[in-house]
Amino acid sequence: MAKAFVLRAMSTVGGDDFWRGIASIAVFLIFWEVGSRSQALFGIAFPWISQIPAPSAVLQELVVLVQDPSFWMSALLSTLRVFEGFLAAMVVGIPLGLAMAVSRTFYGITFPVFEVLRPIPPLAWVPASIIFWPTQELSIAFVTFLGAFFTIVINVIGGAQAIDVRYFQAARSMGSSTWDIFCRIILPATLPSIVVGATVGVGITWAVVVAAEMISGGGSAGSVGGAAGGGLGFFIWNSYVGGSYTQIVAGMISIGIAGYLSSAVLRKIGKWLTPWLSQY
Amino acid sequence: MSAQPATARSYSAVPAQPLRKGGVRIADVVKVYGTSEAGILAVDHCTFDVPPGEITVVVGPSGCGKTTLLNAIAGFHSISSGNIYLDDELLCGPRKLKAQPGPDRIVVFQNGALFPWKTNIENVTFGPIMQGLLSRAEAYEKARDMMADAGLRGIEHNYPGEMSSGVRRRVEIVRALMNDPKILLLDEPYRALDSLTKSVMHEALLEVFYKNRVTIFFITHDLEEAIFLGHRVVIMTTRPCRPKKILDIDIPHPRDYSVLTTKRFREFMDETAAAVHEEALKAFAAGEKER
Repeated sequence: MAKAFVLRAMSTVGGDDFWRGIASIAVFLIFWEVGSRSQALFGIAFPWISQIPAPSAVLQELVVLVQDPSFWMSALLSTLRVFEGFLAAMVVGIPLGLAMAVSRTFYGITFPVFEVLRPIPPLAWVPASIIFWPTQELSIAFVTFLGAFFTIVINVIGGAQAIDVRYFQAARSMGSSTWDIFCRIILPATLPSIVVGATVGVGITWAVVVAAEMISGGGSAGSVGGAAGGGLGFFIWNSYVGGSYTQIVAGMISIGIAGYLSSAVLRKIGKWLTPWLSQY
Repeated sequence: MSAQPATARSYSAVPAQPLRKGGVRIADVVKVYGTSEAGILAVDHCTFDVPPGEITVVVGPSGCGKTTLLNAIAGFHSISSGNIYLDDELLCGPRKLKAQPGPDRIVVFQNGALFPWKTNIENVTFGPIMQGLLSRAEAYEKARDMMADAGLRGIEHNYPGEMSSGVRRRVEIVRALMNDPKILLLDEPYRALDSLTKSVMHEALLEVFYKNRVTIFFITHDLEEAIFLGHRVVIMTTRPCRPKKILDIDIPHPRDYSVLTTKRFREFMDETAAAVHEEALKAFAAGEKER
């Protein structure tokens, strides 16, 4: 219920929460602007924040960047990787999670392995992934996949196992076959958890793809010189190497916006898939 | 009557035995949870009849094992020994300890089991469509009629989550009746409702019963509810559950809330209150021991 409320509040432009959001971002920007100009304004450099380029400078940088096709190329590359990894995680994760929740035997066999692999951070997979997969692109996609995969599976298992036994009993009484119960009870009852897993998972995917690009794509793109590399992670790393601090922050903000948009799209799709949750 | 063609039809087809189906005979039923050495005896050699076309209310302290009995009839749980018959047909017995769940015995659950992801009318039409008895269009038509009949017009396309719990329970009863069950199994369906809503629900249930004449097996721990609704009231002992007292309530049907203030009703209350209270005390003492 609380979730439905937040969704509704955020979608009403002009409502109280909308203006609170605007005010909060404005205050944050002013604090940042003043902080990063503290040396010039007050003669004292505020610690930490004065090292960061001011939002106005970042904005100028962004204006330049959005006219630069190579920036869009980077954004597109990262987006594609996120999309691939996320889609693969859904396609593999949802059936796997459902199978683990439905079959006790399958659960017993697979869950221990799953639980050992799950705590390994996706970034720890990067070196192994580079060794295992033939191309750099595949290694990045694989690490991205892992980022969303475990979250989605865990959510699907949790959602499916939490289904009230009365639903099964009622469906059974009313003449449902096992297949009917799977399609009409287990799937819809798990859908809200799938949506939550996907929304959380896509956020992790963005975090992972950027880091993976920095480590693998960024580090060797120049030397390999092929199609591999690039992406927003590489863009940020390159800006760091080139010493352009405004570009670093502009790249970070682009990732923030991209991540927010991905989650927003998923929330919209999720809301459309689970209409009964937003009816309260 | 004409508002429920399918229900009415199934009864009028057998004029020789009008309104007489759904009788359940519980014969010497025992249920032990866990192993036979270290198990918990939930139902102890329980024998009584649920007469067809009547309301039988089982009263007992919470956790006494009456739901176990209901689950055995519904086919959700097995029994350990004994027999349960539905209209002289064996549901479960020594060779088949667990009955097959079926649309002839529909449960209305304690906290409700409408599917939250389906609209009210999708819930109501679930049974006939699942069983392939009616086409989607036919099922929807019947459902609209039955919902209108139960005073549930206009909420067909709402989700159960949008309704009050009283309305949800009424939708669930309509969903059950859509299956033309021989017997309705109600497991403390009004437990979570406030007393005002409860009284409205009681009269609504009686109305449904007078229209459909479906046998009702009703579980509660509320003695007043039991005597108000039941043709027969079975008072259970605390765990292990066994009938302590069986009363035939001779207050004539149709009943309404004026019954509560009659002398006969008070007599039944006085006659049974002591027995129920005694079992409640035992259950309380046992509960304290378990801790």
